[in-house]
Amino acid sequence: MLLNIKNLHVAINGKEIIRGLNLGVNKGEIHAIMGPNGTGKSTLAAAITGRDGYEVTAGEIWYKDRNIVGMSAEERANEGIFLSFQYPVEIPGVSMTNFMRTAINAQREHRGLASIPAGEFLKMMEEKKKLVEIHDKLTNRSVNEGFSGGEKKKNEIFQMAMLEPTLAILDETDSGLDIDALKVVAKGVNQLKTDDNAFIVITHYQRLLDLIVPDFVHVLFDGRIIKSGGKNLALELEEKGYEWIKQEHLV
Amino acid sequence: MQQGLPLDEMLLGTFERSKGLIAANDTPKVSRLRDAAMEIFRECRFPDSAHEKWRNTPIESLTEEDFVQQLSPSQADKNLEEMFRCEVHNFDTEIVSMLNGWYYDKKSDLRTLPDGVVVGSIGAAMKAYPELFETYYGEIAPYALNGFTAINTAMAQDGVFILVPDGVKANKTIQIIKMIDLEENLFVQNRNLIILGRNSELSLMHCDDSINQHCSLVNTVSEFVVGENAQLKLYKLQNLNDQSGLVNSTFIRQEANSNVKTNTLTFNCGLIRNCVQVMLNGPGAHADVLGLYLMDKQQHVDNQIRIDHNAPNCTSNELFKGILDDQASAVFNGYIHVARNAQKTNAYQNNNNILLKPTARINTKPFLEIYADDVKCSHGATVGQLDQEAMFYIRSRGISEANARLLLMYAFASDIISNISIEALRQRIDDMVKKRLRGELSVCEKCVLHCGSPEKEYHFDIDYSKL
Repeated sequence: MLLNIKNLHVAINGKEIIRGLNLGVNKGEIHAIMGPNGTGKSTLAAAITGRDGYEVTAGEIWYKDRNIVGMSAEERANEGIFLSFQYPVEIPGVSMTNFMRTAINAQREHRGLASIPAGEFLKMMEEKKKLVEIHDKLTNRSVNEGFSGGEKKKNEIFQMAMLEPTLAILDETDSGLDIDALKVVAKGVNQLKTDDNAFIVITHYQRLLDLIVPDFVHVLFDGRIIKSGGKNLALELEEKGYEWIKQEHLV
Repeated sequence: MQQGLPLDEMLLGTFERSKGLIAANDTPKVSRLRDAAMEIFRECRFPDSAHEKWRNTPIESLTEEDFVQQLSPSQADKNLEEMFRCEVHNFDTEIVSMLNGWYYDKKSDLRTLPDGVVVGSIGAAMKAYPELFETYYGEIAPYALNGFTAINTAMAQDGVFILVPDGVKANKTIQIIKMIDLEENLFVQNRNLIILGRNSELSLMHCDDSINQHCSLVNTVSEFVVGENAQLKLYKLQNLNDQSGLVNSTFIRQEANSNVKTNTLTFNCGLIRNCVQVMLNGPGAHADVLGLYLMDKQQHVDNQIRIDHNAPNCTSNELFKGILDDQASAVFNGYIHVARNAQKTNAYQNNNNILLKPTARINTKPFLEIYADDVKCSHGATVGQLDQEAMFYIRSRGISEANARLLLMYAFASDIISNISIEALRQRIDDMVKKRLRGELSVCEKCVLHCGSPEKEYHFDIDYSKL
């Protein structure tokens, strides 16, 4: 199993948000995580990617047969975990090109490889830009600075394409996207999907899952996964809302 | 020299005994100013932190040290040619060397370059151009401003004179390298007079360095006359040891449609007080007054910037940025004065700071005083830490915490660096900033440009050229 989360408890400032979560993800799978606001979806993403301030108070996160709790965010990234941010951060003064080259070289160093030759890097940039239909002018600008909401999300997928993660977590990548941008993002994800990687897609809406078809759908409520199913579960949720699952859970 | 006395008493005594030697090259006006300034100094002495304008700068920690003063140049026992040799790739400068406060040139102390620019020691220039000294000397720097400008006017013996005649565009950047190297605590005073004629152009670097580990106190006053439609670029690089102090006062008078850009880059020094005062006296003049300070340990930097809008249609842009680590502290006082007739003034002032540790301190005070009614003025100041959201974003892409910090600090400094229009110099300063941010530079070995020994390149594995 690529990712195996066992009885995970996560607290922020002493307040427990994730309360006994179990989740297993194999290579080649797409998992969707759905659920009402404030149930811990983004907290789960932060805990898997190693954000400071998200304290794992109990449980384990096994990734590639190692418990990664306690591992730094950068080491997890270099081991192939990627987070597409719900709110990508603007970093004035750091150009996209140099940001990506630094990241790629950090990853290569982690794997004992030499820095990427300039020509190879530029070729790679060109290739991946096409994938997400990203404009040249965006990669010449500072990271996310002055990007529209759609451009920022495309930029996340572009970075994902550059870093070729084994496990990618998409945190509400569809929020704030119009249908055209959504299609571009979905196309990018579908092209990047292989038998050797896996995706966790956090979303509120079925419409993204029409385009990125999940193998499993999980409903997160009150810090736990309270129901899992196939892609039809998402359709059912779209139709009936979350109330019936909550009721079922409470009973 | 006389030891054991407080610095101010020692200076007063020396002046009484040695005025003849001190004033040996003087024009009548320079000599008169010495007496007048000494009277001021006798009254006000050196400022201390009880003075409002020095409140957050513990200058007495330096003025209460024991110093020696040299009334004539000491014999150089080192290979000075080697010491001042400068090898910046693709950057050919005209070097003016000052050792322990004395103009140093084996061949001549006043020379005319092929393009017509005159460069030399202030003493030699007083003899060659007495009329220029009668007209300009002491007119731009107010000697009664404080004890430092007063004692400089009274006792400074040497410094650099540059004359760029009307219509002359200086071919090469002139680089003043001031080096302190003595096995004693040295008090140095320099006085510079730089005159740009109409339609002339000059790029000037002013490097203050120390290569010893002794305490020194350097008190420099520079007067700049920038003629109509002239262009001046001034880069000040400050790199002295942690024991030393630098009081650097720069006064610039601009005539109509002139354009001045000053960039004060403070990399290292125990205590620095920079005063930049720009007088926009002719319509259509523009000044960019920029600065970057990167301080750590117990270092302190104080930037006092004053822009006087004395004529209509002038613009000024002030931007100082600083990164403070450890127990370092900084002061920024920005003051824009808009005279009643200075309509259509456009003035902008900003000071941004990053404090890396809770023990670092900044006192920032932007200030506007406006008497005209049709003006656009804005000011702002920020103090913050590195953005934690951005830190996580960068680290989540696999970049180490240390490199993420460097990236963010460099990004913060980059808009000051990108303003350096001489490509080779920008790259050099870029390297120095990176090196400084890595904490690898505490005291520069020779001059900041590493004369004689090209330093290795510094990378964060990032090509910053495209920033």
